[in-house]
Amino acid sequence: MDLNYTPEQEAFRAEVRQFLDDNLPDDIRERVQKRLRPDKAMTERWQKILFDKGWGASTWPEEFGGTGWDPIQQIIFEEECALAGAPRQLDFGLRMVAPVIMTFGNDVQKQRFLPGILSGEDWWCQGYSEPGAGSDLASLRTSAKREGDHYVVNGQKTWTTLGQHADWIFCLVRTSTEGKPQQGISFLLIDMNTPGIEVRPIIMLDGEHEINEVYFDNVKVPAENLIGEENQGWTYAKFLLGHERTGLANVGQWKAMMKRLKEVAYQEQDGQRPLIENTRFRDRLAQLDAELRALELTVLRVLTDKRGPGPQASILKIRGTEIGQQLFEMLMEAGGQDAIAHIPEALELDYNGPRAGSIDATPSAGDYFNMRKLSIFGGSNEIQRNIIAQLVLGL
Amino acid sequence: MNFDLTEEQQMLNDSLRRFVTNEYGFEKRGEIISSGAGIDKATWANFAEMGLLGFTFPEDYDGLGGNAIDTMVVMENFGRGLVVEPYLATVVLAGGLIRDAGNEAQKADILPGIASGERLLALAHNEPGARYNLSQVKTTACKDGADFLISGQKTAVLHGGQANQLIVSARTSGNVNDESGLSLFLVDRNAKGITVDDFATHDGHRTAEISLSNVTVSADNLIGTVDEAFPAIEKAVDLGIAALCAEAVGAMEAMNAATLEYIKTRKQFGTPIGKFQVLQHRMADMFIQTEQAKTMAILAASEADSDDRARRREAISMAKTLVGQAARYVGQQGVQLHGGMGVTDEMFAAHLFKRLTLINLLFGDADHHLAQVSDGLLAKTA
Repeated sequence: MDLNYTPEQEAFRAEVRQFLDDNLPDDIRERVQKRLRPDKAMTERWQKILFDKGWGASTWPEEFGGTGWDPIQQIIFEEECALAGAPRQLDFGLRMVAPVIMTFGNDVQKQRFLPGILSGEDWWCQGYSEPGAGSDLASLRTSAKREGDHYVVNGQKTWTTLGQHADWIFCLVRTSTEGKPQQGISFLLIDMNTPGIEVRPIIMLDGEHEINEVYFDNVKVPAENLIGEENQGWTYAKFLLGHERTGLANVGQWKAMMKRLKEVAYQEQDGQRPLIENTRFRDRLAQLDAELRALELTVLRVLTDKRGPGPQASILKIRGTEIGQQLFEMLMEAGGQDAIAHIPEALELDYNGPRAGSIDATPSAGDYFNMRKLSIFGGSNEIQRNIIAQLVLGL
Repeated sequence: MNFDLTEEQQMLNDSLRRFVTNEYGFEKRGEIISSGAGIDKATWANFAEMGLLGFTFPEDYDGLGGNAIDTMVVMENFGRGLVVEPYLATVVLAGGLIRDAGNEAQKADILPGIASGERLLALAHNEPGARYNLSQVKTTACKDGADFLISGQKTAVLHGGQANQLIVSARTSGNVNDESGLSLFLVDRNAKGITVDDFATHDGHRTAEISLSNVTVSADNLIGTVDEAFPAIEKAVDLGIAALCAEAVGAMEAMNAATLEYIKTRKQFGTPIGKFQVLQHRMADMFIQTEQAKTMAILAASEADSDDRARRREAISMAKTLVGQAARYVGQQGVQLHGGMGVTDEMFAAHLFKRLTLINLLFGDADHHLAQVSDGLLAKTA
């Protein structure tokens, strides 16, 4: 047992840091560090830069063009990227659909879809939730009927994050109503440019357009876009959710946020003293700092466990999202009353107009509101507790 | 970066697990406690034979050259079985202190005796009113020719009544709260001027209130340098905290196992109560808290041997904060889920709860250590 990084790991960290110093564009760094509005072009540009370096997919094996890094290297890479102010890479392609294609897809599908995910050319979104199927995902009703060499898809997906930018959507669709609800689900890849698909925005409580409804009206999907076997989609869906959950711990980003929160606490004034001298605020910061340390080490402990993460990944999802939400809450509170003004135009890079309070206060309340999603999506934290109770504790 | 036990540690873990399951059952433990002796001689001899009592001592002193990770493995199992013998007091605290701060003669005299199980020592440091403040010492040691004369009052001395020898901290200079001016002395338990009041603790261990009145100690019983004992005391306490964190993790795992078993079998409203979602989520939270505490116990053990004080203290305080909070949550909820049975003396869960509660109080509760972490943030601004 040794919690220190090896010299090789430290050298790897230095290499990543140097690369980021040299290659992360200043405007992207500024946008991320000031927590301005995310931008599709920015995400694509950054993915291209990483791709050109050969680092497009830090979690993929080499045979598919990934880096082949071990879990510790992946964590170091993510952490350094977050600390440097690099944007988060798009999970939907890289961390969600790609592992499913690699594991359950056929060779043609691998060759067709993985390169576009790696280069960032193809933007993917997730078609899981429906208006009537949230936590009870298996009750989904969007149907796919086989007609010759096509499926015809009808129905509606919702909460589709960044679907407005997407070229492709991976969908859970119902191909059978026989047996238990889980048994008639299939995993289908659908081109967003297919006739009959309509994307409608859902405006979130922070006023931003991040999520969407996606409607399918007699959408013809080639049968070759079916992953694995028909009616086996639930197995692939659960596999994907396991991958998603581990990523949701988000330690690198939270460490960068914690660093910023401490800086803000030193800078912000609380009357005649810096905010950090306010004992109540500082104690809560210390508590969160300790919890983040515990999360960081627990992630390392789970990911280096030879038995693999399994259902224990639910712990990481719960703790990761709880800690993230508290970070955003404290960042808002650090601004005090400066946080109350809603200035959407100030979330653009070229904004030079008036603002209320410091530059950190500008996005803070909006971010706080937005981040309430963390404990809801990816399987709500209550669903995660069900998973722990049933799969880990056997209740 | 790896979290694996070595092959030896895995073997140690397996054999200790067998020991607490097969040879340290609920009734046996009850008998040891009610004897009032605070220690079962056969068990202690067994520990000596297994090499546990000198595990972290250098091989030159009949030890095995182990570290705080080894102690973690031992203590986690002791927590699982609620072992009441003075391992923390004698081996971790006193033994660790002699190992790290004693001179050659003291190490050669004392460590083999601890390792063989013949000698029991206790650390008499804490004083009334000091609460968790390690530098607050009113007990004085005055020069008297070649000797020292020690007078003062010590409280909550773990297994002080069972020890043959005490390690007593005393002020040789400075003010009551100064870190400098403290010295450590080896004092014979039966020395003239010592009064020891031995008490049971709520969790089946023993504690002593000790008063010293002009106790004469010769200069060769001084541990380390006069006036400069504070770092050694702090280090020993940190080793003790790391050990307690591991013990708490073992006790929490045992609590979760006992509670899980109970809610799977106890029926109400015609169904096992473990089928109720409100209890399932409570149990899931107990599990999450325990896993987080386990991580922090590993962190504490990894840093406990370090001489980088700031780093060590931050890790220890972060760990004791989260472990203390988890111990409170898991302890209380474990009892709650046992219903009425949980508040009876016949249930193991009740005994786990008591130990978990007292562990939080030893060497700084969660609030105290959170304040340490918090003040550490302040220090970083300067």
